[in-house]
Amino acid sequence: MKRFKVLLIMLLFIGIAFAAFAQDTKTVEAPAAQAQSVAPVQVAQKIDTGDTAWILVSSALVLLMTPGLAFFYGGMVGRKNVLGVLMQSFTILCVISIQWVLFGYSLSFAPGNSFWGGLDWLGLKGVGFEPYKDYASTIPHQLFMVFQMMFAIITPALMIGSFIGRMKFSAFLIFMVLWATFVYDPICHWVWGVGGWLKELGALDFAGGTVVHINAGIAALMIAIFIGKRKGGEHKAILPHNLPFTILGTALLWFGWFGFNAGSSLGANELSVNAFVVTNTAAAAAGLTWALIDWIFHEKPTMLGTATGAVAGLVAITPAAGFVSALSAIIIGIFVSIFCYIAVSIIKPRFNYDDALDVFGVHCIGGVWGALATGLFASKSVNPAGADGLFFGNPKQFLIQIIATAVTLAYSFIVSFIIYKIIDVTIKVRVEEKEEIMGLDLTQHHENAYTIIE
Amino acid sequence: MKLIIAIIKPDRLEAVKQELYKADVNLITVNEVLGHGRQMGVTEVYRGTKEMGNLLRKVRLEIAVNENFVEPTINAIIKGAQTGNIGDGKIFVLDLVECIRIRTEERGGVAIG
Repeated sequence: MKRFKVLLIMLLFIGIAFAAFAQDTKTVEAPAAQAQSVAPVQVAQKIDTGDTAWILVSSALVLLMTPGLAFFYGGMVGRKNVLGVLMQSFTILCVISIQWVLFGYSLSFAPGNSFWGGLDWLGLKGVGFEPYKDYASTIPHQLFMVFQMMFAIITPALMIGSFIGRMKFSAFLIFMVLWATFVYDPICHWVWGVGGWLKELGALDFAGGTVVHINAGIAALMIAIFIGKRKGGEHKAILPHNLPFTILGTALLWFGWFGFNAGSSLGANELSVNAFVVTNTAAAAAGLTWALIDWIFHEKPTMLGTATGAVAGLVAITPAAGFVSALSAIIIGIFVSIFCYIAVSIIKPRFNYDDALDVFGVHCIGGVWGALATGLFASKSVNPAGADGLFFGNPKQFLIQIIATAVTLAYSFIVSFIIYKIIDVTIKVRVEEKEEIMGLDLTQHHENAYTIIE
Repeated sequence: MKLIIAIIKPDRLEAVKQELYKADVNLITVNEVLGHGRQMGVTEVYRGTKEMGNLLRKVRLEIAVNENFVEPTINAIIKGAQTGNIGDGKIFVLDLVECIRIRTEERGGVAIG
């Protein structure tokens, strides 16, 4: 019966792809022929090869962040759950890649209404190689699509850290597809899409502070609260099984983040250089700050603390990367580690929720600080197309940032909760206690990460 | 003097340790081992190849005690490790011939505690 169900879902999947394909071939041929007959030379002139090359590379860099995140998280979990974490990350990579091509990109970026993009670009219909001026005028439209795809992939993957070791794989799969469709795609459209209402309002989010980090962070908190605490943590903390994995993951994230932020200028230009510089600066300042906090409060600076700080710094600079200077980035980096440290080591124990790897504490808190800091430190001298923040004489921008942050928090929490409850009522989200004790590697995937005796 | 060897579930180790501390037993050696009793392990699949009846992870405790500590130690292990399910493990009690503390060369009962 179970096999039959899975088979049915696969067939449905193939069916959708073929339907979209059939539509595609019918309608696309005509405009393609038209474009050719009008002026092929003009089309060729519009695309900038430097910009295109950089965004191609950036897309690959951002893709690498998801496996990087898998190792970042994988090292911090017990060894009975490490394959489960890697598997969840890679599954999101596969599933959202398909979702994005079939309908995710259309819902997010097609010129629909102010809420979401509608279905005009279903199956990439009309998304060709000509630049789409409203998004990026010097790179092929499909390149913009694939660059955005990588953001759509890593955002749900961020949530994996909160429900370590206790979510059923089938429930996980359904939750992620629905979450991408009903939470990520609309919020993405509000902030970045043509006609999106937060974009019209003037909210600044360079590379995804609201869309990616606040969004995933608050949904992760919701799951952590409602799925309940892990078994076996009553007597002591559940210890990381391989910290070098976590550091390797941090390095891959830091490296990939240059594509994430410096690529979000959608060209190889001054703006991407600014984003590159401030990204590195903020991560460095935040990593150092967290190490110092550890040193002051726990006697020794720790590697995990430094890595956590660096990631927090990267999170915080994300919305601000195209609008602030390097000196502002240092301040943003220092404060994000202070705020996130408070969230992780004071707020979490006080409220007693089991956000296992601090997705809320690092990504949501870091994202909120980044979004608000953008409203404080943004400067037109960095980016004339942006706006001035509170510290540069424009308090209105700070207010807009607060609105964008609050709306994202509320929408993501509520809609994620509805999706979660629907799945919990129908197939149950949490694994059986026995399975949780044995670990997800064996019970969900029939594999073991490590052998003791060959 | 007795040597108590216990095979327990890994996730019960922390509870057993807490019970042992309560019984004033503070000296233990812990090993990670593989094994199965009647429940015959689990299934694993690697690229379609099935591995049946594989061994499960267990934890092995060794505790050397004087006679008056034997029953408290056994009770503490049971209290910490018992869930009532198959696979809770076993306790073996062996006679201990000699015990020597290397630092002081003390022998017998004084060397244990």
